[in-house]
Amino acid sequence: MNIIIVGCGKVGSTLAAQLNAEGNNVTIIDQDPIKVKALANKLDIMGVIGNGASRSTQKDAGIDNTDLLVAVTGNDELNLLSCLVAKKSANCRTIARLKNPEYNIDAPYFKNELGLAMVINPELAAAKEIARILNFPSAIKIETFAKGRVELLTFKLPEESRLVGMQVKDVATKLRSGVTFCTVERDDEIYIANGNFIFGEKDIISIIASPQSAKAFFKKIGYSLQPIKDSLIVGGGPITYYLCDLLEGSGISCTVVEKDIARCTELANEFEKVTVINADPTDEDTLKEEGIAHADSFVSLTGLDEENILLSLFAKRSGSRKIITKINRIDFDDITSQLDLDSIVYPKNITANTIISYVRAMNKTVGSNIETVYSLFKGRVEAAEFTVSEGSPIVGKPLMELSLKPGVLIATIQRGRTQITPRGQDVIAPGDSVVIVTKGLTLNSITDILNK
Amino acid sequence: MNYRMIKYTLGWLMMFEAGFFLVPMITAVVYGEWHTLVAFAISALICLAIGSLCVYKKPEKTGIFAREGFVIVSLSWILLSIFGAIPFMLSGTTTNFIDALFETASGFTTTGSSIFREVESLPKAILMWRSFTHWVGGMGVLVFIMVFLPLGGGQNMHIMRAESPGPEVSKLVPKVKQTAFILYSIYFVMTFLQFIILLISGMGVFESINTAFATAGTGGFGVRNDSCASFSAAQQIIITVFMLLFSINFNSYYLILKLKLRDAINSEVKTFIVIVLVAIGIITLNIYQSYGSIGEALRHASFTVSSLISTTGFATEDFDMWPSLSKAVLVLIMFIGACAGSTGGGMKVSRIIIAFKGFLRELYTLIHPKQVKAITIDKRPVDREVVRSVNAYLACYALVFISSLMLITLDDFDLVTNFTAVTATINNIGPGLAIVGPTANFANFSNISKLVLTFDMIAGRLELFPMLILLSPATWKKA
Repeated sequence: MNIIIVGCGKVGSTLAAQLNAEGNNVTIIDQDPIKVKALANKLDIMGVIGNGASRSTQKDAGIDNTDLLVAVTGNDELNLLSCLVAKKSANCRTIARLKNPEYNIDAPYFKNELGLAMVINPELAAAKEIARILNFPSAIKIETFAKGRVELLTFKLPEESRLVGMQVKDVATKLRSGVTFCTVERDDEIYIANGNFIFGEKDIISIIASPQSAKAFFKKIGYSLQPIKDSLIVGGGPITYYLCDLLEGSGISCTVVEKDIARCTELANEFEKVTVINADPTDEDTLKEEGIAHADSFVSLTGLDEENILLSLFAKRSGSRKIITKINRIDFDDITSQLDLDSIVYPKNITANTIISYVRAMNKTVGSNIETVYSLFKGRVEAAEFTVSEGSPIVGKPLMELSLKPGVLIATIQRGRTQITPRGQDVIAPGDSVVIVTKGLTLNSITDILNK
Repeated sequence: MNYRMIKYTLGWLMMFEAGFFLVPMITAVVYGEWHTLVAFAISALICLAIGSLCVYKKPEKTGIFAREGFVIVSLSWILLSIFGAIPFMLSGTTTNFIDALFETASGFTTTGSSIFREVESLPKAILMWRSFTHWVGGMGVLVFIMVFLPLGGGQNMHIMRAESPGPEVSKLVPKVKQTAFILYSIYFVMTFLQFIILLISGMGVFESINTAFATAGTGGFGVRNDSCASFSAAQQIIITVFMLLFSINFNSYYLILKLKLRDAINSEVKTFIVIVLVAIGIITLNIYQSYGSIGEALRHASFTVSSLISTTGFATEDFDMWPSLSKAVLVLIMFIGACAGSTGGGMKVSRIIIAFKGFLRELYTLIHPKQVKAITIDKRPVDREVVRSVNAYLACYALVFISSLMLITLDDFDLVTNFTAVTATINNIGPGLAIVGPTANFANFSNISKLVLTFDMIAGRLELFPMLILLSPATWKKA
């Protein structure tokens, strides 16, 4: 597929890398020649220097043969205009990134009136992920499927858990829980959990379950954190804005520390219940004064990754229970994972996941339609949700009769409102929503899991 | 340095070279030259053996950076020339390995300078191999390999940049592989077209293939002792047209196919045409008297100008006998060379344009010291980096040129010979003037001079820096 990406900042370059790796023909447009050249040197893509909203620049980038234009600059107006021009002149599909909360309310309007295929808001998506984790602090990471009816939760196995030393196949009978184990990360290796796998201390495990059964499961394995009552948030940018909005009704009281008085005023005007502190968040005394030692949760959302990491480490030392760090830019995953930072949120990856789901869904295939794709553990594992329709070769056969490729796990089947934990004799029916977890495969269609 | 990846890529190169040997092998079978066939077969087996040893295991880390790209490209060209020289030795065509190396390098770099005093007595397979190296070298060997071989990632852009001629390398489509495929398709179709037209004009199959190969790569190895002089006038005109066509940027052909005519005829192409027309005009007037008819003079002038500016090096007349003005114009266009992104050599028209505009800018700065002036081509500003690299190229060009000249002067030939010998090799043309003129050859030089000129040919084809980077110790440091 031919794809143009306008803007090669953090989101744009992550997206370019992933879309290119999946075999699409990617062209990037940016006004900064240095950025364009650096990226075009790194990836097998074409770079065009210029204003992405100008018709002639788009023509240079080959808009007439393009299937999709994604505008992800930091400037909402430029994104909208780029999409509008592309839509009018070449009638290609368009995705715009919008981060300004004022436009966010109008997102459905923009989508319909300007003919956008999708509006993405990395900041809002990040805020949603943070809110999910705060509502369920036992997990490091939560992804949702089937409109929130199924969740993929990642957590670290506590040292004295009942699970340590247990085999995967025994868990269901011993604990009588309806969760599916997906992956286990141990010493930088990722394993797809098969029945004979034995859990060890400090394993990072991901499971798929409905929110209720996940809660019950965590209680049974003796790893259930008290609900979070308050949150100390540093940095008052757009993510903070969306997060305060999401947390307003949830019973979590927020304190925001922000340096810039204008932003503080904006937040204070909008959210009555939020305590807004105008101070430098890197000031140790301020944080102590605002109770970093007793805070249930600490969320670092400043614009600087280094600052966020440092502040989170300080919060951990001071005694906050749940810590969430936002990282925008830094790629040193080996280092950050060693720091034991609890939950890390990468807005650029969330956005890339959303757009890649969309791009894969554009490659229409018979028998199934891809709904959501999550790329996990630095892209080593992929969790994808498919809606299965009539005519797919996996329909109507017991799962044990399907010849699956190695490293494939059918994690859950959602039929209407009921969630089924797949067993060998279960049969997939048309209309089911199926979540597949794979290692080392790129799925475009659900038939990709079968041996040829 | 990712030495394993370099070894792996070079291994594939060897495999491909073994494949290239199939062309002369088929020729040898057709003409029943069994002795030559054995020579090529042994050479192919040697390449195959070395190649398969190198590609036996794919390295775990396939990532390469700009540095590895340059090293791969320059080593590839050196290895190609060394192994391509083996059949010359085994078939007994020459007994001096330096001669064989010179001839092969001259072939791959599309120079066309020869050490053979006469070619008509050589085996047909050897002649075919010489022409075929032109064709392979014209568009770039590694670009060719990239069409087939998944070297992985965007890193192969580093290789394409190092191998493709011109100040700036741009892709036609996002993927390197597809870009290479498009370029090679255009190249193939044009070569085939020339072959068919030559065939229709009454040329034999063998000569048509060889001439088409040598023209397409802008090489210039002929199959006759008199190069193109004994071809009919019509055939000479056909060759003239194709030499010019192959010295135009291939991106233009792609744009023409895409019906973007206005973009295709860019200022580089326009300037190129103007230079060609002016040079033909001057020379025609200058040599008119010695030929008697204006048509005759025009035909020889246009053939020679096309041959030298495209850096092919075919000849219909001994232009060494022409008046001084004509010779001066010819030497001048030897330096200018073809368009960027073509198969031709030389400095490239676009570099000359940028350098000239840069010179004008400096001049204006003296008149208006505070003037801000951009260098533009086709109404687009030229990146500072590009201007800088053009200047660096010119300086480096002068340096390599002068050093080579000094080294070959030791052979004690006259200055015109030495000067045009270096000119003809570094610009990948073929014949020079005086002792290396169109009716003569490079056999008289000493082995050391031949090695220097071989270096010049490869350095000139790769536009200097990839070869010079090999000589820098910093390249080989651990990183």
